[in-house]
Amino acid sequence: MSTSLFTITDKPISIEEVVQKVIRPEAGAVTAFIGTVREFTNGKRTLFLQYEAYVSMAEKMLEQIGKEISERWPEAKVAITHRIGRLDISDLAVVIAVSTPHRKDAYEANQYAIERIKQIVPIWKKEHWEDGTEWVGNQLETKAYPTGKPEGEDLA
Amino acid sequence: MITLLFFSYLKEAVGNEQIKMEYTPITIKQLKQQLETDYGLDLQHVMVAVNEEYAQEGQLLQPGDTIAFIPPVSGG
Repeated sequence: MSTSLFTITDKPISIEEVVQKVIRPEAGAVTAFIGTVREFTNGKRTLFLQYEAYVSMAEKMLEQIGKEISERWPEAKVAITHRIGRLDISDLAVVIAVSTPHRKDAYEANQYAIERIKQIVPIWKKEHWEDGTEWVGNQLETKAYPTGKPEGEDLA
Repeated sequence: MITLLFFSYLKEAVGNEQIKMEYTPITIKQLKQQLETDYGLDLQHVMVAVNEEYAQEGQLLQPGDTIAFIPPVSGG
């Protein structure tokens, strides 16, 4: 696995390896968020997912999220690995590890990271349902981009 | 020349991941309008990145630019 803190991979993710990247003497807390492939969404059954990324830009955007976290939580260290390609039910799609001296910051910074991934990192998933396929748009359904572009904080 | 990159459903709609085009001094907005006409696309909710940075609609293209069309993302 890559030694870089911010990685897109087409191989299975090792939780242990991502977590090890942020373990250090200054840390008293480590949070790991693990995003897995869900079988049922609103009663619809997923067979498998296909993730695609604009890899070079996606890794830059993950780095940017790391910088944003450093501004908000200066003592945090973050590592993010996102997998692409075909993923089956319960496969790990993303692992985010954050270490901080105290636990509250580790929880908050980790949640911030996953929310930002869903806003700015160019990764897409294609659902392969029992009865067809569909590229998933904005799953947060909070961003309509009425002007056709991200604005304000999304560009920060 | 400029390079256009398409992802997700746009790649399927255009039938190509990458298109090379002759450079003309137009804005992103104008390029989007041209592609909407040529390929019958709806790019209203599509973000654009120039050389891997998100860009505003009014930005003028430069020779050699790589322009990526980024539908609403769904990672995580």
